[in-house]
Amino acid sequence: MTLLATTLMPLLAAFVDDGMKPVGTPYFFYLLSGMAIVSAILVITRRNPVHSALMLIVTLLSLAGLYLMLYAPFVAGVQIIVYAGGIMVLFLFVIMLVNLERNQREYQFNKAWPIGIAATAALAVLIGLVYMRGHSVFPRTTVALPEQDNTQQIGIWLYQNYMLPFEIASILLLVAIIGAVVMAKKRI
Amino acid sequence: MEITTLHYLVVAAALFIIGVIGVITRRNVVIILMSIELILNAVNLNLVAFSRLYGLHGQVFSVFVITDAAAEAAVGLGILIAFFRNKETVNVDEVDLLKW
Repeated sequence: MTLLATTLMPLLAAFVDDGMKPVGTPYFFYLLSGMAIVSAILVITRRNPVHSALMLIVTLLSLAGLYLMLYAPFVAGVQIIVYAGGIMVLFLFVIMLVNLERNQREYQFNKAWPIGIAATAALAVLIGLVYMRGHSVFPRTTVALPEQDNTQQIGIWLYQNYMLPFEIASILLLVAIIGAVVMAKKRI
Repeated sequence: MEITTLHYLVVAAALFIIGVIGVITRRNVVIILMSIELILNAVNLNLVAFSRLYGLHGQVFSVFVITDAAAEAAVGLGILIAFFRNKETVNVDEVDLLKW
């Protein structure tokens, strides 16, 4: 009984915190990031593209949870609505259109695995450098982000400081719509 | 133990590496496009994590990245449908019309 109490008390102390501080942050962080990474690995290893798409949805939802932990509720909502709602439906429709039984029986990986290993090694070195030098490069202090009116602040930023990129993004979406229709239509 | 920005950067780098491996080694075009989405999501996680340090710029820019991802997915899947109509396959190894 005492053993149980001594093991449980630190866990409980982490969840029952005082004041407005977020509680249990490390546990949620490791849970969400573990889910994101494991399902990302499943995305690139599944044979059936539909399974890959479902695993990608799990990755996107765990990333939305990470955004919430970073005080970005608007980006988390956009992530769920646009990515998990819109883009993944597009992917699933196209998978339904082009899914072939023959394709799933073929070998799923091409012969570029040496390049894959080289790229992985290079990027792993990059991670190592970031991990070793990052402590001195990045500032330790965090700014006080607006928690109550995050969406309002992002809207003000979009329409004042980022007006030109906003308009360029709308033109990009127009071009993408026209391009997708022109590409996918049988005869124009 | 406190979760710092570096933790988020490591998660984003892992997602980026997984996406790069998927782009390089898979043959199915749909899964290559999904790996590109993984890479863009890693970039987004970096931007939002840095916005914790430097203000709201990162969150605003991650909205633009999501817009780009939507446009890229639409155009890429349109190209994929056109290609599938012509060659009845979705393997990138067989996209060799421009190969000399």
